[in-house]
Amino acid sequence: MFVEFGYGVLLVSFLVAIYSIFAAIYGATNKSASMVESARRAMLLTFPLLSLSAAALVYLLVNNHFEVSFVYEVTSRSMPTYLKVTAWWGGQAGSLLFWSWLLSAFASAVTIRKWDRDIEFLPWVIVICSTTLVFFVGMVAFYENPFTRFWLVGGNVEPHLFAPLNATLFTADDGNGLNPLLRHPGMVIHPPMLYLGFVSYVIPYAFAMAALITGRTDDRWIRLTRRWSLWAWLFLSFGLVLGGRWAYDVLGWGGYWGWDPVEIAAFMPWLTGTAFLHSVMIQEKRGLLKHWNMILVILTYALVIFGTFLTRSGVLSSVHAFANSPIGPLFMGFVSISLIVSIALVIWRWPDLRGETEMKSMLSREALFLLNNLLFMSVLVVCFWGVIFPLISELFTGQKVTVGPPFYERATAPLFAALMFLMGVAPLSAWGHSTLQTLGRSMWKSAVAAVVVTGILFVTYTKNIIALVGFFLIALVIFVTLQEFWRAARARQRAQKENFLTSLSRLMGRNRRRYGGYIIHISMMLMAIGILGIELFQTSTQGSLAKDEQLNISGYTLQYKELASWDDRGEGVNYTRAVVDVYKDGEYIGELNPRIDYYFDSQQNMTIPGNRSTLNDDLYVLLVDWQPVSNAGATFKVYVNPLVNWLWIGSLAFMVGIIFAAWPDRDPAEEPARSGVARSSKQTSAAD
Amino acid sequence: MQKTKFFLGGMLILAAVVYLIFSSTQASAEYFLTVDEIHAEGAAAVDKSVRLSGAVLGDTIQYDSETLTLSFEVAHVAGDNAEIEAMGGLAVVLKEAVSDPSRQRIKVVYVGPKPDLLRGEAQAIMTGKLGSDGVFYADELLLKCPTKYEEAVPEQAATN
Repeated sequence: MFVEFGYGVLLVSFLVAIYSIFAAIYGATNKSASMVESARRAMLLTFPLLSLSAAALVYLLVNNHFEVSFVYEVTSRSMPTYLKVTAWWGGQAGSLLFWSWLLSAFASAVTIRKWDRDIEFLPWVIVICSTTLVFFVGMVAFYENPFTRFWLVGGNVEPHLFAPLNATLFTADDGNGLNPLLRHPGMVIHPPMLYLGFVSYVIPYAFAMAALITGRTDDRWIRLTRRWSLWAWLFLSFGLVLGGRWAYDVLGWGGYWGWDPVEIAAFMPWLTGTAFLHSVMIQEKRGLLKHWNMILVILTYALVIFGTFLTRSGVLSSVHAFANSPIGPLFMGFVSISLIVSIALVIWRWPDLRGETEMKSMLSREALFLLNNLLFMSVLVVCFWGVIFPLISELFTGQKVTVGPPFYERATAPLFAALMFLMGVAPLSAWGHSTLQTLGRSMWKSAVAAVVVTGILFVTYTKNIIALVGFFLIALVIFVTLQEFWRAARARQRAQKENFLTSLSRLMGRNRRRYGGYIIHISMMLMAIGILGIELFQTSTQGSLAKDEQLNISGYTLQYKELASWDDRGEGVNYTRAVVDVYKDGEYIGELNPRIDYYFDSQQNMTIPGNRSTLNDDLYVLLVDWQPVSNAGATFKVYVNPLVNWLWIGSLAFMVGIIFAAWPDRDPAEEPARSGVARSSKQTSAAD
Repeated sequence: MQKTKFFLGGMLILAAVVYLIFSSTQASAEYFLTVDEIHAEGAAAVDKSVRLSGAVLGDTIQYDSETLTLSFEVAHVAGDNAEIEAMGGLAVVLKEAVSDPSRQRIKVVYVGPKPDLLRGEAQAIMTGKLGSDGVFYADELLLKCPTKYEEAVPEQAATN
C-alpha cells in the first residue's frame, strides 16, 4: 500500500517535472505568460509530491517493513526511531530521493518569490531546476529504487518492484541495520548538511544559465543569488567540519581529515564555491571577471553532481564509498552534457561578458582577488589530479599508481600559505590601484606585531621552521583584520560621535558581507592554529599496563585503574570500558574512559576514545586490547594533539561569520553604484 | 605592458603549480600491487612505496599487545574491482581466496592498535614497503569487510 503510493507519487512528480521543462521552454520562446505560470505551478507541485513519496518511505523505514529491500538494507529492529528516520539518507537509493526532495524544496522556494522585473529569468530557472530534478528523480524511479520489494520466485528471494509471475511477497525477519560507525550524531547530520550545500548551489547555477540564455549578462543574477551561494557555502562548510569531527570522535586514529577521495569530492565544490564568493565581488564592484564567474558557477555545479556521484557510486576505493552500482555512467553522462551545454552558452555570450574596465595595478584589490581565485583553482587542480591519478596512470602505463595524503599535504601546503598571506594583504588594498608603498604603510604595524609573536614562539614554544612560518602568517592575518575593525570603527566613532562599541556594531551591521568575511578570515586562522598543532606536533605512545601501572607522555601521566565489560542486550552491544586516571605534572586532573563497543548484530567493534580537551592540547586515549580473563592488564594507544581544539573553536566562529554575512539586512539599501569607484584609495578601501 | 605583467604572473603561478604537482606525485606515488604481483617483482619491489591488497587469513592473525605488533598473512585476490564483481562480488572472492591453499600468500607486519575490522576474510589494503626478508611492513592498514551491510538479499534460510 505505502510502497505503491510512494512509488506512484514519485512517478507523477517525474512526469510533472518533465512537463514543467517543456511548458517553461514553450512559454519563454512564445512569450506566453500563462504557459510560464503553468510551468511554475508544475514546478511548485513537485515539492508536495516528493514530500509524500518521502513520507511513504519514512513510514516504511520506521515501521520495520523488511519486505522492502531498502528498509532491509539500512534499518534493523534494534535501532531507535530517530535513527530509522535518518536511515532515509543512510543508503544510496534513499539519499538520492533525499537530494531530489531538497532540490524541489529549494526550487519551490525560489519560484514563489516576487519576480517583478526579473520575470524573464523565471522560465529558464525552472528549466534548469526541473532538468536537474528530472535526472535525479528518474534515477530514483528507474535505477536506484527505494521501493523495491523482495519476492519469493521459485525458491529464490529476488528484489523486484512489481510482483513477478507466481511470486509471493517475502518479508525478512530483521534488517541489516545501519553500520555502527555511522550511528553517531555527527554522522546523522553530516550527510544532510553536505546535501543542503550541494543542492543550494543548483540555484545560482540556474540563474547564471538563465542570464546567459536571456542575454541579461549584467550582475543581476549574482545579486539575486548572493544569499543562496552564502547559505550553500555555510552548509557545505558545516558538513565538512562535521565529517572531520566525526572522524576524530569515532574512527579512532587521532585524525580528522585523511584526504580520502570521498572527502575530496565534497571539498572540491567548496573550493570553487569559495573562489566564486570572492570573485563575484569583483564583478559587482568593478564589472570585471564575468566570464570567470560563469565558469566558476558552472564548475561548482558540475562538481556538486560529480561529488554526489563519487560519494554514492563506489567508483573510487575509499573507506566510505557505497557499493558499485549502475548509476555511474548515467552520472558521468549528465555531468558531461551539462558541462558541454553550459560552456557552449558561455562561448555564445562571450562578447557580452567582456569586462567593463581593465585591471591596471597588480596590487589592486581586484588583482589580489584574482590571485586568490587562481590559488583556490590550483588547490582544486591538485585535488582533482590526486583523485583521478590512479585512473590516468593505469590508462597510460597499465600500472595502477595512487597518491596518498603526503601528496596532498606537500602540494597544497605552499598554496594554503600563499592564500593566508593574501588574506593578510588583500583587505588593505584598494579597488583600482594600490602600490607597495600604500600597502606597506597600512601593514607595517601588524607585520611588526606578527614578527614579535613569532619571535616569542621561537623562544618559548617551537624551533620548527614550517610551524613558525605558519604562526607568523596566522598572526599577520589576525592583526591586520583586527586593525581593520579598529580603524573603521574609530573613523566612524569620530564622524558620528558615538561610543566605540556602538560604532563597531553599526559599522558591522551596515557591511555584513565585509565584516562577516573578516570574522570568517579570523576563524580560518584559528582553525589553522589547530591544524598546525595536530599536523606538526602530534605525539603518541602506547603501552600495556597492569593495574596501577603508569605511562608518561608530554607531561601527562596515565594510570590504569580498572576495566569493566558488560552486555546491553536491548541495544545489542557489549561495552568494555577502562578507567584511567590522568595526572598533569604530578597533579591529579581527572579520569578518562576509553571504551570499545562491540555490536553483536554486525560483529563489529567501535573504538571510542577517552578525550580530555583543553585549549592547549587534547589527550586522546584509545583502548586497544585487554586481558579477557583476569582484567589485570590493558593496552592503550595515547595521542597528545596540541592546539587541536582551536580547529573546532574556529569552525564554530566560522559558522557565526557566515550566518552574520548571510543574515537578511533590515533595510536593503541599494549598493553604491559602480561609478563611485574612482575615489582615492584610502576612502574606497574603508567604505566598500 | 600591464597585460604582459599579468600574463607573466599567471605563467609563474601555473609553473609553480605544475612543479608542485609533479614533484609531490613523484615523492608520494604508491604502486597498487596484488600479492601475485609483489611476488613476481621480488627484489625489485623492495623499498618501493606499495599499496597492497589481499584477503586476511583469520588463523594467522597474531597480536602482541606489549609491543602492539600485529602480524597476519594475506592471500592473493584480484586487484581490479570490475574483475572482482565479475567473479561474484567481494565476499565470494575473499572466501575463495582464504580457502584455496594454492594461492600465493605474504606475511604482513603492522605496528599499532589492532583495527576494529580485522578478521578472517576481510580485504586488507596495506600501505607500506616490502622488506628484504620478504615480509610486508605496513604503515597503514585499511580493511573492508563484506559484512552483511552489503548483502542486498536476505538469506532465506534464516527466516523459514
